Amino acid sequence: MEEHHLRVNGATHSVTCDPGTPLLDVLRADLQLAGPRFGCGMGLCGACFVIVDGHARSSCDLPVWAAQQSEITTVDGLAATGALHAVQQAFLDSQAAQCGYCTSGMIMSTVALLAENPAPSEQQVRNALEGNLCRCGTHQRIVAAVLAAARRLAAEAAR
Amino acid sequence: MSAPTFPAGASTETQPAAGLPPTLAANPRLARWLGFSADGVVTIHSGKVEYGQGVWTALAQVAAEELGVSLSRVVVAPVITSDSPDEGITSGSRSVEESGASLRQACAQARSLMLGVAAVTLGTTAERLVVEDGQLTGPDGTAVTYWSVLAAHPGLLERDAGEPVPEKAMGSWSVAGRSAARLDLPDKVSGRPRFIHDLRLPGMLYGRIVRPPAPAARLAGLADPCLPPGVILVRDGSFLGVLAGADREAVQSAALVAKAARWEVSETLPDCDDLASFLRNAPAETVVVGEHRDERAAASAATTLAAEFTRPYIAHASMAPSCALARWDSGSLMIWSHSQGPFALRDAIAAGLGLDPAQVVVQHAEGAGAYGHNGADDVALDAALLARAVPGRPVRVLWAREDEMAWAPYGSAMLARLEAGLDAAGTIVSWRQDVWSGGYIGRPGTGGQPRLLALSHIEGGQPIPAALDGPPTGAIGSTRNAVPGYDIPDLLITRHRLLTMPIRTSSQRSLGAFLNVFAIESFMDELAAAAGRDPVDFRLAHLRDPRARRVIEQAAGLADWGARPRSESIGYGIGFARYKGVAGYCAAVAEVEAEYDIRVRRLWLAVDVGRVINPDGVINQVEGGAIQSASWALKERVRFDRTAITSVNWDTYPILRFSEVPQVQVRIVASPERESGAGEVAQGPVAGAIGNAVAAAVGVRVRDLPLTAEQVGRAIEAG
Ligand code: FES
Ligand code: FES
Repeated sequence: MEEHHLRVNGATHSVTCDPGTPLLDVLRADLQLAGPRFGCGMGLCGACFVIVDGHARSSCDLPVWAAQQSEITTVDGLAATGALHAVQQAFLDSQAAQCGYCTSGMIMSTVALLAENPAPSEQQVRNALEGNLCRCGTHQRIVAAVLAAARRLAAEAAR
Repeated sequence: MSAPTFPAGASTETQPAAGLPPTLAANPRLARWLGFSADGVVTIHSGKVEYGQGVWTALAQVAAEELGVSLSRVVVAPVITSDSPDEGITSGSRSVEESGASLRQACAQARSLMLGVAAVTLGTTAERLVVEDGQLTGPDGTAVTYWSVLAAHPGLLERDAGEPVPEKAMGSWSVAGRSAARLDLPDKVSGRPRFIHDLRLPGMLYGRIVRPPAPAARLAGLADPCLPPGVILVRDGSFLGVLAGADREAVQSAALVAKAARWEVSETLPDCDDLASFLRNAPAETVVVGEHRDERAAASAATTLAAEFTRPYIAHASMAPSCALARWDSGSLMIWSHSQGPFALRDAIAAGLGLDPAQVVVQHAEGAGAYGHNGADDVALDAALLARAVPGRPVRVLWAREDEMAWAPYGSAMLARLEAGLDAAGTIVSWRQDVWSGGYIGRPGTGGQPRLLALSHIEGGQPIPAALDGPPTGAIGSTRNAVPGYDIPDLLITRHRLLTMPIRTSSQRSLGAFLNVFAIESFMDELAAAAGRDPVDFRLAHLRDPRARRVIEQAAGLADWGARPRSESIGYGIGFARYKGVAGYCAAVAEVEAEYDIRVRRLWLAVDVGRVINPDGVINQVEGGAIQSASWALKERVRFDRTAITSVNWDTYPILRFSEVPQVQVRIVASPERESGAGEVAQGPVAGAIGNAVAAAVGVRVRDLPLTAEQVGRAIEAG
């Protein structure tokens, strides 16, 4: 058991746990964030994706000790001001979910993509989401939502 | 433990009014279906559960429409067996048809009762009241609301539904029939607690199960696992579980127990690479499921074709491992579950544990998408067994991903042998279809047996009996859609259901229709080629039903069938079926590119699912069904060796990814007919269309799913 300091959604948290504890478990159990979901525990499905220093990645296979120096964002932290983030709003507008279990991870991959490439092509969107699985087959709507979010963010930036 | 028996359903005491929708007749009390709370909210209670298919939203639309309130006032209550109307299992694309019909009539009756009271209060007649968002206004401008009426007459809905009253005509709908945003999505895009996995109860303990390493295994010994202090080990026969104060501790403890366990394992699984032999040779029960004979027509055959088609075992592979919570309190058991059949689960758990069903309450909580009978019910019993060790404390059990893949039931492997005769004019005159498969009906309660996984592991437990297939009506189980929907004079369809179950099977989205329609539609193209006809024309020549013809024509039109330039390695194919032979119609066209790999680039679908409550919801369901069907058809196959399942995670059970997913275009063909559900219509037609497009692209017919480059190579070699 060791004390770890984490920067999550703009705040610093300290948690005492085994250094090998997966970040996902710390986020869900200690920080009580429901957004990152457990799907596979092996970095294979994307349900647990969070943004770590600007990159979307799995939190289920990232030991907490390795996440200490990083800035971490989860889907729970996107609507900090109360209003939905443009990407969340676009997912809602496109009704881009069926069960919605993959949605948190999809949104985090999208936020990271658009920060790096504000006007992706459809192919670039698909490539960026390659690590996110959706069993319900909502892919087409998700791609549409990402492209709509890019347009929305561009319009916001132009204002 | 003695063999569990299954309780009979409760008998109804009074006769319900004639002509009511069946689930309303069975649960006639109006207050069971809807309630009005002081804050201007209408709460509806359905027996159907939400699992991502959007049923709550559609049912809320039905209620809002019939009552005349805005959709935003309607809240859907989660199913709880102590309170909600028992509407059986949420499956088979029947929710809007069944629950929608009952809710609509219950709301119509509630509305008419409230209008009657309001008319007296306002000194007018019910006909003269104007209803707007729950406000009832008389000709003189004075008004009451549903809520004020019920505040004055709180018992008004505490009565049984009477004779059916008229419902709003579809032509005057303003909420139903229009696309509505899903009620559950705001929580889901925000990452708010919504799933059963997010449920935390005070004092809750975390449980994990240590499953045997193979379907046929017995715990032969358990060394001291040296568990951390406070961790509880639960052992009952070959059932092993641990309970800890935190999930991470439960996971670590489960790993210690797994290391300390010694299992006796038997080789019971068939040869993964020769399922056709296994299916053909296993003991089976043979029944005719469809027959009409015309020997003169059959004798006019000038050409006879025969072919065999197979599919492997396919996993549900839900995005979330199954999860449940349970708590024992002085002899009564409370369960939280994402089961598709909370009532059947209650009865199965009671039977399995020797309780009276009245001692068990199951409350539904949302899980990830379900596509048939997955691990939801099994994990509920796991939670109950662990919770029994700590009375009074809630226990939450989450399955490991590997257990979800290896232990949830699969859709069965299947073999279909088809034979048909064409007369000299190229018309089909006879059709034989033989289907070999494990049963598709194996949910808790089937055949009067609880069929919960842990019951086969606990002391004295028996293996889960082979899954059933329902009565031989042709539309149920493995032979769903085995009777072709075409006009064929001489027809004989036979089912061979396996009587042993080395690999557990049960219901999976569209049941046998996925393989049967793939086989029938592939074979239709082979027959069309033999007759020298275009596949679309050939199908239309064998279809009189105008709704069937319309979806085929519309899908072909969407895809620009016939006008598309043909090129090397690109192929187009069509597939069609009327789901179950009596439900929704769907036709699909696929565009396949077969260069280095098999890629489905586009799918065009036309569906006629009768009256539509939420058009965008229907399109969402059909798109999802089409993409999932493409994934099954192109990639999916559960692998195993002679002892154990080896497809246990996404690397060993790949599904379609973003770079591989086709573009899908869906058109709803408008229809005034009865609602018939959209969740499963696409599975068979999409597989058929892809199979035909692959054949067109590579020039050989691939009859074994999945349609991988490897299978294409094999078909080229064989051909
Ligand atoms: S749960 Fe982390 S990638 Fe699947
Ligand atoms: S919406 Fe269900 S897994 Fe993506």
